[in-house]
Amino acid sequence: MPSALQQGLVSCQCCGTLSRLPAHARGDCPRCHARLHARKPDSLSRTWALVILAYILYIPANLLPILESRALLSAESDTIMSGILLFWETGSWMIAALVFIASIVVPLTKLLALTWLLVSVQLKSRRHALQRTQLFRLVEFVGRWSMLDIYVVALTVTLVQVGTLASIQVGPGALAFGAVVVVTMIAAQTFDPRLIWDAAGDARD
Amino acid sequence: MNPDPGNNPIPTLPAPRLDSEARLIACRECDLLQHEVMLDSHADAHCSRCNGVLYRGTRTSLSLMLALMASCAVLLIVSNLFPIAVLEVQGAHVEATLINTVITVYNQGRELVAALVLLTVIVLPATEIACMLYLLVPLALGRIAPDTPIVFRLVLAVHPWSMMEIMLLGVLVTLVKLTDFANIIPGVSLWSYCALIVFFTMAASAFSARDFWAWVDERDTKLEMKESLQ
Repeated sequence: MPSALQQGLVSCQCCGTLSRLPAHARGDCPRCHARLHARKPDSLSRTWALVILAYILYIPANLLPILESRALLSAESDTIMSGILLFWETGSWMIAALVFIASIVVPLTKLLALTWLLVSVQLKSRRHALQRTQLFRLVEFVGRWSMLDIYVVALTVTLVQVGTLASIQVGPGALAFGAVVVVTMIAAQTFDPRLIWDAAGDARD
Repeated sequence: MNPDPGNNPIPTLPAPRLDSEARLIACRECDLLQHEVMLDSHADAHCSRCNGVLYRGTRTSLSLMLALMASCAVLLIVSNLFPIAVLEVQGAHVEATLINTVITVYNQGRELVAALVLLTVIVLPATEIACMLYLLVPLALGRIAPDTPIVFRLVLAVHPWSMMEIMLLGVLVTLVKLTDFANIIPGVSLWSYCALIVFFTMAASAFSARDFWAWVDERDTKLEMKESLQ
């Protein structure tokens, strides 16, 4: 079987109904009235822009503190990595591993994976189409779990408001990190996995 | 629907039906055209090329979906009324509810982080549940809610951004983190939140967009028949 696009058919992203739509024409789904697109509009350039933005934000997200605690005479700050090391040193290895995966492994893997998907689609690679699609599914599925650290920080500053000598505050790193999570989630949504198969065509493994 | 002026969408035709049994469907992830097959309940149809899910068999009834969503609505309200964790140290007693977590972060000058937490934990889950009830209650009464397509698209758009289960994990990590410094007591909301996430996940995993549109189409035809009889 060919692809829907080759047959002049477009499937609605909302309800899955197939409609006949000439190339480059505009139309709405007859059932749910959503705008029909054969492929997500400007998928590659939008995803590239978001991925590059996420790479830039990734630097302050990891270098700036996500938690700042100020005591009377001392100030301390925790970045994502030093927070994880603290868990590790206090013996909470499971928690350390969990936060490490959610905050370091997932965002970085996601960025590298999206970059590879974009490059391979632009080079019209025909290889590993199935594996690339599976990778995309993984990126889409795990991305949101990176929000874990933001919630931990928010709850920590709410609970730890003891006395007037010490105060604990959300650091600027949390903002950058939250932005990385949101931007990479949108990047995964703007990427169209059907582009992988447009180049691969019928060359199946 | 208001199309852009001067850019009128051309009328679209339904897909060709080869025969009454075998309709065509295109894979969402690789666009391969395939014939639909009949499915048992609790089965999924997968794409023969990329193995993505094409559509899901009927696995739930309208009344079960409605019951799950109504439970979610009640649990979401309860979870927002009571503290999710309580910290006791040197006689001091600090309670964290979902909303005062947002307020604390906001007051520290991190408005965007506060907005992100507010949206992903309270506003968007509430929107999703409210929209589902708005769609399902009239369907259960044999009617179709006005603007069903738009509201359904809103549900699809909002769904990836409601992150209650991640918040729950965040609460658990925080409890472990602070347990060395102070006495931490799980709040009432923690339990209602656990129940909420169980029901919400059950509803999400049982929900099939195809079922939903079948319910809508069924009522559509019935209403049309009624009108033509009158």
